[in-house]
Amino acid sequence: MQQIVNFLIRHKTFITFFVLFCFSLFLVIQSHSYHNTKFVNSANWVTGSIYNTTNSIGDYLYLKQYNQQLIKENSYLRKQLLNRGVPITDSLIDSDSLNLKFKIRPASIIKNSYNKLNNYLLVDKGSSDSIVQDMGVITSQGIVGIIENTSTGYANIQSVLNTYSEINAAIKNTNNFGSLKWNGEDFNVVQLVDVLRSAPIKKGDTIITGGMSSIFPKGILIGTIKDFSLDASENYYLIDVDLFNDMTTLDQVYILENLNRKEILELENSLNE
Amino acid sequence: MNKTVFINTVRFLVLVLFQVVLFNHINFLGYINPYIYILFIVFFPYNKDNRIFFILCCFLLGLCIDIFSDSGGVHAAACLVIGYLRPMMMRFVFGLSYDYYSIKIEKTHFGQRINYLLIFILTHHLILFSLEIFSFAHIVLILKKTVFSAIFTLLLCLIFISLFSRRSS
Repeated sequence: MQQIVNFLIRHKTFITFFVLFCFSLFLVIQSHSYHNTKFVNSANWVTGSIYNTTNSIGDYLYLKQYNQQLIKENSYLRKQLLNRGVPITDSLIDSDSLNLKFKIRPASIIKNSYNKLNNYLLVDKGSSDSIVQDMGVITSQGIVGIIENTSTGYANIQSVLNTYSEINAAIKNTNNFGSLKWNGEDFNVVQLVDVLRSAPIKKGDTIITGGMSSIFPKGILIGTIKDFSLDASENYYLIDVDLFNDMTTLDQVYILENLNRKEILELENSLNE
Repeated sequence: MNKTVFINTVRFLVLVLFQVVLFNHINFLGYINPYIYILFIVFFPYNKDNRIFFILCCFLLGLCIDIFSDSGGVHAAACLVIGYLRPMMMRFVFGLSYDYYSIKIEKTHFGQRINYLLIFILTHHLILFSLEIFSFAHIVLILKKTVFSAIFTLLLCLIFISLFSRRSS
């Protein structure tokens, strides 16, 4: 017993080091395992308010750019509205009275990241704005990611630039779909896999979300085909997709809430049982 | 003693803030970032009695950076290792004849300082990026990131050390 105590005292530095090292390794491994709620993340009050402050300073530098982006989006939406053929009777339509499938909430990115293998972004809306896990995040140009963790005032987004993300996507105007992944190499290019060889594709084709999950509706823009090849089994295409979104300069985003999600999940669960 | 505690606390906070607000977003050439917060570990007044406290401080420093950058525990692990190995690295670079407990980094020769910082930074970055990427398939990416970021960090560390060290009379 005496010797054990002596041993512990003699090597106390190493033991402290070892215990802490094991703990940090545990955190690393946990952060690398898919869809585990992490407890070391930036969606908390301290980090959120610091990023919020610095972001509000940085925002002034890009005001002109954001305005132009908004005007472009507005004019696009106005064009769609005017060409819809249905006369607009009232300028104010109560959005709650419509039979909506998706609710849209605006938010702004306060921490961007794109140079790691697993990128997470931070937005200034959290569970107090009824943001929950597995909501989709888009901009006017295309998809951004999926909500991962939330705190009261802030939420983490798992970016499409994350080797663990997997999003259902389809080729526009055909019914061929696959899943969107990222290999971690270029932050402008993501990969679409599992598209059947019979699919008629060519360079420049548009890729949209497939609507096979309850996260994104069908038809959200993703990007265009940059290059494609057959995978090892020669049955499926491996497609490089050029993103429409510039992931390095994200700021204003929309968070999508599927109002039927609960119903869909219940149905899926009842099938599994 | 109180002055030392105060200076180190301020240094800790300032370095963490600068790292997460400024240096994590440089992204030179798309992926090169300097990690200057390890200057805290370089400057820490180290002696035989506070080894455990020193290691705890290193861990806390790394964990702070991790929380801000959503990276699990990679910075914490990398900081722990260099904190633990610091005496050995000092012995290796400055030799046994030095009383390495009382060495002040700003008073060393330029060549030795570069050697010391280089070993320090390379160890830190190698552990950091191997844990962050966590796959042998990307070994080239790990080495590329380690080397280029280390050059950037080394340059900034040398500039910061000469800027912020008190002038020796």
